[in-house]
Amino acid sequence: MAGIEVTALHKRYPDGTVAVDHVDLAIGDGELFVMLGPSGCGKTTTLRAIAGLERQTTGDIRIGDTLVNDLPPAERDIAMVFQFYALYPHLRTRDNLAFPLRAEGLPKPEVRERVDEAARLMRLGPLLDRRPHRLSGGEQQRVALARALVRRPRAFLMDEPLTNLDAELRADMRTEIKHLQGELGTTMVYVTHDQVEAMSLGHRIAILNKGRVEQIGTPLEVYDRPASLFCAAFIGSPPMNLIEVEVADGELRGKSGLVLTPPPNLPRDRSLVAGVRPEALEVTEPGAERSVPARVVSAEWLGDEIIYVVDHGDQRDVRVRMPPTVRFAADAPVGLRHTGGPPPVYDVSTEELVA
Amino acid sequence: MAVSVGEAVSTGPVRDHTPPARRFGGRGRSVLEVALLAVLAVVMLFPVLWMIETSIKENRDVYAIPAKFFDFKVTMDHFKDVFFASGGGRSALSVSFLNSVVVAGVSTVLATVLGVPAAWAYSRFAVKAKKDQLFFILSTRFMPPVVVVIPIFLMYRQVGLIDTKLGLILIYTAFNVPFTIWMMKGFVDEVPAEYEDAAMLDGYTRLQAFWRFTLPLLLPGIAATAVFALIFSWNEFVFAIFLTSSDTVRTAPPAIAGLIGGTTVDWGLVAAASVVFALPVLVFAYLVRKHLVAGVTLGAVRR
Ligand SMILES: Nc1ncnc2c1ncn2[C@@H]1O[C@H](COP(=O)(O)OP(=O)(O)O)[C@@H](O)[C@H]1O
Ligand SMILES: [Mg+2]
Repeated sequence: MAGIEVTALHKRYPDGTVAVDHVDLAIGDGELFVMLGPSGCGKTTTLRAIAGLERQTTGDIRIGDTLVNDLPPAERDIAMVFQFYALYPHLRTRDNLAFPLRAEGLPKPEVRERVDEAARLMRLGPLLDRRPHRLSGGEQQRVALARALVRRPRAFLMDEPLTNLDAELRADMRTEIKHLQGELGTTMVYVTHDQVEAMSLGHRIAILNKGRVEQIGTPLEVYDRPASLFCAAFIGSPPMNLIEVEVADGELRGKSGLVLTPPPNLPRDRSLVAGVRPEALEVTEPGAERSVPARVVSAEWLGDEIIYVVDHGDQRDVRVRMPPTVRFAADAPVGLRHTGGPPPVYDVSTEELVA
Repeated sequence: MAVSVGEAVSTGPVRDHTPPARRFGGRGRSVLEVALLAVLAVVMLFPVLWMIETSIKENRDVYAIPAKFFDFKVTMDHFKDVFFASGGGRSALSVSFLNSVVVAGVSTVLATVLGVPAAWAYSRFAVKAKKDQLFFILSTRFMPPVVVVIPIFLMYRQVGLIDTKLGLILIYTAFNVPFTIWMMKGFVDEVPAEYEDAAMLDGYTRLQAFWRFTLPLLLPGIAATAVFALIFSWNEFVFAIFLTSSDTVRTAPPAIAGLIGGTTVDWGLVAAASVVFALPVLVFAYLVRKHLVAGVTLGAVRR
């Protein structure tokens, strides 16, 4: 087992595409580290560079204490699970699992022992004698995971391994992967574009955008204080409301007069935007204390909550998350107020967190 | 969808009592189809049938007027003549068949051995100006053989490859490699690169990964491609007639053509030789027919 350190990674493909612009990562030993970002932001390229399947243009990669820049994939001692499962189609499950071990030249009894262990961990018993085309998507993915396990590598790399599964199975597998990683204590780098997956799995999350790291933090940090406007707009469903604010008389006010709890040390003389989570706002009866007059544009009933889209006289409508017991009709005149603590505030020109 | 109850219910009866006009139309079309296909089949197959008949007729029946379709005496003499000389020993034709086997076989193997790795490389790696290179490779097949045969003839004379099997093998290989690369690239593109990635992470080198994982998955494609290459080399006539002359080097197509043109033509022998010549390709094509179709339709179903 080992940590992974990526320094100033830059990857330019021969056709001129810069897939990874500048990435620094320090992944701890035994950590479950998630790389999250929209499609095309360079997650796969970064992961493949760590695996050695792609040679970075510049930058260093260390696994443990070893500089692996010039090592072929085989000598990096890591296992990777692909979005496309890449089980060898002509081999039965048992042989698919045994394959990496035979490649290492392990003695037969040990191969059998390790295959049985991995099969037990991933509950593959009844599937051992089938070929991949007779396995369902979920089963294939379990076999792919087991195949990564058998080698007991120093780290696991996962490239959107659950994308091809249906929602329910995905949730199950997520739990399973998290449990497994905790049990084995092996470093894991997990790539996904699904923020729910990232939040529920990661010890820490790196948010990538256009080949750069926007933020690294625990799920809580990333949710509470997105480091940039990009992160603020990316995390959360629905994401933060971005409200133009100005500081006046020690208060933080939106254009509509909406009063927000001011964070300390606000910079002056800059255009600012506050990121307000939908659950930090409240729809009230019109004229309620500290509320501004507003109007319900539409409402989305999700069963356990209602998302109101509310026009409060600002350019942009805000989204408000309310319990299902509180109901307002569409077009009804209402009040809107802020209930949470100080929101993160961003500089409009630099798009970065300032307070 | 606005389907009324009446409409929904009425579909049952309609299905049971297809309108007579429709039914007649359907049958009419199928009769027409069958008739057309039958005519086509007769037109296409008649020469083949006539060749087979001629190969087992005695020579005077071959020339009989009116032509004898069924009531002739069957003889295998012509086939014997194909393989054995009249004075005993091997006939010149049988030597040419052997030459054909060697030339077509070796050139096909060479084209495959060269073309498959090239196709793999073009499919997997970032190659500079890949599209231009591939187009250039294909463009070498735009020219019909007759166009290049004279320069090739002159070049071969210089280097002493005229009237050698090696010369034919080289030129057939050169003609088949572009085709092999193009067709095989389609098959390689279909095999996900992740198999090789996974194998490399499992401890194999890139070449081993190709050899052990991608290659087995390519075998059907290789079989189909090889059969196409084989058919080209086996049937090739222009290069063979220009570049070879002696009986010991000549392949079957010019040898069979050489039977025609004397004062008398032994049509029975020509037909028997043609039958023997056609058989191997038919058998091969039959053996790999499933993959042949896959190979031909590959371009049509790509994403
Ligand atoms: N082999 C390649 N050649 C050229 N460009 C590539 C290649 N692979 C990926 N890219 C480009 O690099 C960028 C990042 O790709 P990728 O790392 O796959 O993103 P992600 O996994 O985050 O979706 C994309 O714009 C993609 O089109
Ligand atoms: Mg990707």
